[in-house]
Amino acid sequence: MTEINEIVVLSGKGGTGKTSIVGALAALVPDKVLCDADVDAADLHLLLSPEVLERHDFTAGHKAAIDPELCLKCGDCLNWCRFHAISDDLVINPLLCEGCGVCFHLCPARAVRFPDNHCGEWYISRTRFGPLVHARLGIAEENSGKLVTLVRGEARRLAEVDHRPFILTDGPPGIGCPVISSLGNAQAVLLVAEPTVSGKHDLQRVAALADHFRLPVLVLVNKADLHWQAAREIEQFCADRGYPFLGHLPFDPDFTRAQVEGKTIIEYNNKRLQALLTEIWEHLRSEIDNLRRQSP
Amino acid sequence: MIITIASGKGGTGKTTIATNLAAALEGPVQFLDCDVEEPNAHLFLKPEIQRSYEFQLEVPEIDLEKCTFCGKCQDICQFNAIAVLPETALTFPELCHSCGGCFLVCPEDAVRSQTRAIGLVEVGYRENIRFVHGRLRVGEAMAPPLIRRVKAEAKPDGLTIIDAPPGTSCPVVTTLWGSDGVLLVTEPTPFGLYDLKLAVGAVRELQLPMGLVINRADLGDRRVHDYAAWEHIPILLEIPFDRQAAKAYARGRVLVEEFPEWRDMMLTLFDNLQKTFGQPEQN
Repeated sequence: MTEINEIVVLSGKGGTGKTSIVGALAALVPDKVLCDADVDAADLHLLLSPEVLERHDFTAGHKAAIDPELCLKCGDCLNWCRFHAISDDLVINPLLCEGCGVCFHLCPARAVRFPDNHCGEWYISRTRFGPLVHARLGIAEENSGKLVTLVRGEARRLAEVDHRPFILTDGPPGIGCPVISSLGNAQAVLLVAEPTVSGKHDLQRVAALADHFRLPVLVLVNKADLHWQAAREIEQFCADRGYPFLGHLPFDPDFTRAQVEGKTIIEYNNKRLQALLTEIWEHLRSEIDNLRRQSP
Repeated sequence: MIITIASGKGGTGKTTIATNLAAALEGPVQFLDCDVEEPNAHLFLKPEIQRSYEFQLEVPEIDLEKCTFCGKCQDICQFNAIAVLPETALTFPELCHSCGGCFLVCPEDAVRSQTRAIGLVEVGYRENIRFVHGRLRVGEAMAPPLIRRVKAEAKPDGLTIIDAPPGTSCPVVTTLWGSDGVLLVTEPTPFGLYDLKLAVGAVRELQLPMGLVINRADLGDRRVHDYAAWEHIPILLEIPFDRQAAKAYARGRVLVEEFPEWRDMMLTLFDNLQKTFGQPEQN
């Protein structure tokens, strides 16, 4: 059976260039499945123009609703609900409902309905760089972590079926629920850092999260020339922590220009960035080979 | 008035706008950093922290002396935080949403109240600014309860500026809830536009008024402008890309203190915000 290496790309802070880097790697990494795990604000498809082959509903959890015909107006549910989702006139706001079911289970008049919550869609698509599994969480919806787990599971299944050795996953920002869901079973976590006070702060938190789950961390710095001193400090931070450091990329408006044309930076005429990113991929690949040799 | 600074896409300049807006104003202002996963505003505002505490969620603990293993608590729990076996009962506090259902259904009074710290709340000051933020513990999944706690620290009167997390899902909705107006910060790129549309959808679900800041307005294309015109979303400020400002940001500087044009921009923005959100009855 093919060994599958999933590389999850994270950043903690948003806007460091995660998706642009994943786009570049999509053009460089051979035989992979692409996975967009930023289900809340998925952007990778804007570079890959996917042709959707399969579309599936995503249902998770429940939302409560009070049937006014059956309601006795006792107001008990109003006291039970810890999420302040029930108004004084006993209407449940679906945006605030946590789906805990307390009102549904305990209503003395059985006046609360608790239907399944349809909260998004997920897709399997074809792109010029291989298959893409992606999703769209409904606006203002919950359960992003479950949807992340679902798209990653599908990406792994596709990789197994097609004998593809790599999965390249574009992760969400932050360190909370969807990020935690993007980490389980990953072979390596690639962190895209930014040499700013906020970028350094957020990098340290997301690196601590990867350490918490005992996952190998690799780091690259984007927009390094905005603050070389901070870029070097990040490199030193990686040396201190034993994280392989893959390199520095400059701030270059060509990333934006390529994005406007719906291209990855590798398909755009910028030889310098192409060379730097090719080097980064080769370094990343040798680190993954090392990790494979170290693990049983 | 509560103004929340949000964006679908991360890294568009939410924190830059929120911190500089607060620092440009003369009068008292409350600043709430609700991006509890990656709070950054303190790195720029550098408030003097005067009070800090661990925020605790109430979670269940089963008293096995009293428990009859009837399984009612397991049945009501939607989050798989309780498993009742024939002769024991287990709780998984990290899965608990603290809804309180298990306490209510237990017929034996065997579910005891325990607490679990999920993050830190800090309150401090900087000149005219009263500052509150939350820091989610690393490894902790649930941001919304901590966001609610940060918002509960706000005093009800005066001007409040909230720095929201990126995205459009539950942490963002929790942050936006109760705002008088939402300022969406975007950039004129395909990613910026796509995520802006999602953010606009979330703000419309909440039926809140909104305005737009277009950051790095000269990098990218005109599609964000066209979209704003089409959707009748007022553009309250456009900021051109400025490498000097980006470098000062990278070093943690407050831009209104270094660049007079930034102070002017923020004061203009504040005037526009008051016109847009301040008198909602007048149309």
